[in-house]
Amino acid sequence: MGLELYLDLLSASCRAVYIFARKNSIPFDFQFVDLLKGYHHSKEYTEINPLKKLPSLKDGKFILSESVAVLLYLCRKYSAPSYWYPPDLHTRARVDEFMAWQHTAIQLPMSKILWIKLLIPMITGEEVPAEKTEEVLAEVQQNLKLFEERFLQDRMFITGDNISLADLVALVEMMQPIGGNHNVFQASSKLAQWRMRVELSIGPSLFWEAHDRLVKLGEWDCSTLDPSVKERIVDLLQKFK
Amino acid sequence: MGLELYLDLLSQPCRAVYIFAKKNGIPFELRTVELLKGQHLSDAFVQVNPLKKVPALKDGDFTLTESVAILLYLTRKFKVPDHWYPQELQARARVDEYMAWQHTTLRKNCLRTLWYKVMFPVFLGEPVSPETLAATLAELDATLQIFEDNSFRTRALPGGPHISLADLVAITELMHPVGAGCQIFESRPKLAAWSQRVEAAVGSLLFREAHEVILKASDFPPADASVKQKLMPRVLAMIQ
Repeated sequence: MGLELYLDLLSASCRAVYIFARKNSIPFDFQFVDLLKGYHHSKEYTEINPLKKLPSLKDGKFILSESVAVLLYLCRKYSAPSYWYPPDLHTRARVDEFMAWQHTAIQLPMSKILWIKLLIPMITGEEVPAEKTEEVLAEVQQNLKLFEERFLQDRMFITGDNISLADLVALVEMMQPIGGNHNVFQASSKLAQWRMRVELSIGPSLFWEAHDRLVKLGEWDCSTLDPSVKERIVDLLQKFK
Repeated sequence: MGLELYLDLLSQPCRAVYIFAKKNGIPFELRTVELLKGQHLSDAFVQVNPLKKVPALKDGDFTLTESVAILLYLTRKFKVPDHWYPQELQARARVDEYMAWQHTTLRKNCLRTLWYKVMFPVFLGEPVSPETLAATLAELDATLQIFEDNSFRTRALPGGPHISLADLVAITELMHPVGAGCQIFESRPKLAAWSQRVEAAVGSLLFREAHEVILKASDFPPADASVKQKLMPRVLAMIQ
């Protein structure tokens, strides 16, 4: 058994790993763990990752979680072209800085938008109060501004002339609200242009293939949702109120 | 001007950076940024870090934020012993894994514990409902359990032969609830043994020095009204 990647492309972290592996022709077995069916809570998957989160990598007996760690591991093991994680001390530090910052500044709020705009109303039948929605959107705006000012500046990509792990991770996360029909790129032409460059660098075919499940999320028949999962989501709604 | 580190040892990530630099004999100018006086919000500091957070590093014209990035930068620039960030692929991946995981889990829980248990009532004079405090402590407990159980299936953490960046980042986080008066090691012998090993590897003197501020958290004098007003919005955003 070669390299296995446990993924559901609904998750931004999974998309980053998937795109990176495919783009770099890294051979792997795609192990689909259906988040919508709650398979990440299954006994089989819990044995792979007791934290029940995606993505996970399994390389022989070695199991690794956390997309940032997985990306770095793949980069090193498969000797990906150096622009993905540039060797220059300062440039590499900038990638590390983004990869650390994004957990709370980008990934979390982008995910919240998807929950607020699509998943919560779809699953519970209730809308999240407008005030809370505005708050989250404002936070996202603020952080996108910081992203442009600190990480993008006047460059083509975060590190300069080439795509890096940072651009890949940034973009897949900023795509998350698209699942709920919310496009964060329309607020800034600079961001929209950067988005296009990253997509082109990845290759539109691979990019959109990776985002297919997300884009179709609005069509999901959530009536099949496990009642206990639905209950958990209703509780989640309370936190937003 | 050599390397400058902008730190407040009240902050967990600052402690990790401080200990790492000192332990490895990395020469730096300590620039103290007193969070409780709102110095991180000053115009001068915004020049260093527009994100208004500590730690921040300045190396000539190069500025860097995020403790994980700073630790990796120092590791590479000053060629520290291998055990901090092992060359070996899988060992290194374990350290990366922990440093990624902790942002939204242990970091968040430890921060909330300190603020809800001590800083809000004592420093900011804001009451905290017993339900909020109980929920926060329960979450901390759950996360500590995950931390202990998984040890990140790691050999870099509890059980690993040598201290790594992951251990350092973890221990400095855990000292936050300790500073808040939580006896987190009491019912967790495995965790306690690991923490003693990490402290010994750092060196007791340096460890104590780095944690002097947090261990006195309950004694901070209450903030005056203007400071409180200045700090409140960011504090609320931080602990969300």
